[in-house]
Amino acid sequence: MFDVWIGPFSEFAFMQRALVGTVAIALGGGPVGVFLMLRRMSLTGDAMAHAILPGAAFGYLLAGLSLPAMTFGGLVAGVVVAVAAGLVSRFTALKEDASLAAFYLLSLALGVTIVSLRGSNVDLLHVLFGTVLALDDNTLLLLATISTLTLLTLAVLYRPLVLECVDPTFLRSVSRTGVVTHLAFLGLVVINLVGGFHALGTLLAVGIMMLPAAASRFWTADITLMMAVSVAIGILSGFGGLLLSFHAELPAGPAIILVAGGIYILSLVFGREGGLLWLALPRRHLEA
Amino acid sequence: MTKSAIRFDEVTLGYDRRPAIHHLDGAIASGSLTAIVGPNGAGKSTLLKGIVGTLSPLSGQIHLDATAPSRVAYLPQAAELDRSFPLSVYDLVAMGLWSRAGSFGGIGRKDRGRIEEALAAVGLTGFERRPISTLSGGQMQRALFARLLLQDAELILLDEPFTAIDAKTTADLLDLVTRWHTEKRTVVAVLHDLDTVRRVFPETLLIAREPVAWGETGAVLSAENLLKARRMVEAHDPHAAPCHRHAA
Repeated sequence: MFDVWIGPFSEFAFMQRALVGTVAIALGGGPVGVFLMLRRMSLTGDAMAHAILPGAAFGYLLAGLSLPAMTFGGLVAGVVVAVAAGLVSRFTALKEDASLAAFYLLSLALGVTIVSLRGSNVDLLHVLFGTVLALDDNTLLLLATISTLTLLTLAVLYRPLVLECVDPTFLRSVSRTGVVTHLAFLGLVVINLVGGFHALGTLLAVGIMMLPAAASRFWTADITLMMAVSVAIGILSGFGGLLLSFHAELPAGPAIILVAGGIYILSLVFGREGGLLWLALPRRHLEA
Repeated sequence: MTKSAIRFDEVTLGYDRRPAIHHLDGAIASGSLTAIVGPNGAGKSTLLKGIVGTLSPLSGQIHLDATAPSRVAYLPQAAELDRSFPLSVYDLVAMGLWSRAGSFGGIGRKDRGRIEEALAAVGLTGFERRPISTLSGGQMQRALFARLLLQDAELILLDEPFTAIDAKTTADLLDLVTRWHTEKRTVVAVLHDLDTVRRVFPETLLIAREPVAWGETGAVLSAENLLKARRMVEAHDPHAAPCHRHAA
């Protein structure tokens, strides 16, 4: 038992680091994912994850596999695309989903091109799928900072954020915080994706955000609980995915997302809040 | 002379330079109970948006005399609320405390008492923990009125509050509207049911893209005025020239 579940982590430092990193990512990404889902912005998260690529790739082009350069590049690119897509949808006839799709496709193509200008296919794989098994001290520190900042900001923004989801017209009529809230939230999405990018790559970073959030919706209808469940599922996915990758010799990033996906499918079937099994069970209707 | 709650100074409101309502001039007295009536597309909702400030006038000015923005409550047409969001009726109603509690302010025992009172006033006691997704149209409207009660506003703006609502609920909610009137709050409501307007609302503003008549309800809702409102031109004129009416 010990050898299977605990052994890899007690024996290898890189496994410990990977676990700490994924826990940090799950702590920040879980709640952010829940709000993305509730605001019907799940695909926005996906689009923004792609949008980060050219920025990170540009940092890579200038400085190689450097943490600050790639982080800064990713942040700038993420913010630029989020704001540009917002502006386009606000001032033209194009809706936000279409304008985001346009920007992220452009970003993805640009990013892959930039990486291939200088690097090898190995580097491209690194940027696309991350290096969760090779997290150094500075990266861990960055991930911890991001999750701390995220949780603190969410605590401050919680009320206006919920209000903006349910009844934006009402929030606009009683306060001017709606726009600030929305922008701050987009900022949180970007920093969490940039953090996730270092461990899981641009393509899978959004997975540890959205899969636990989507799964948590099948277990509770309470937003606070939903965020807690989402974090727990994220941590569990990290733990399970790392073990799976260790024992089955699979790449770690995809293994983590696969476990998260497995938990999502289990939740979809067995979840108490509208899971398929409960919908399918023939139960008599109630008295009142 | 009575104090005015809202003053319109040659106001034109619209979208894309096209007026939805133009050249509105006048005032709504403080503590008055006014109905806004007119055919679909007459600019009624647009006018309310202008008063709340979510839409800026294309020209002219709207003055909210002596009413702080936090003392204005606005109930838009129901469709703009995300009903699938996992929120309880209690939390929805508690939003009415925003102007006092804001983002971080605590909700104390006294506030919880007021939330329960508001729920009782609209007949939703026992619905506290129900998710808003399970409410019927009428129950939702009751919950939104409870939220309005908590907002404790001086100026209350209602956009078609009784559309698709049954007679019993309408009567209950109209009682709240008259209660607000006796409490000297200013209430402005967009309505379609002329019988209700004649029965409950002393003042009426009849509009059809521009003001048709404004004043005491009985006089405003004359057959002649209503016919005039019905003749409103709805289509956009693609070759419309810039308006120079009243321009210096």
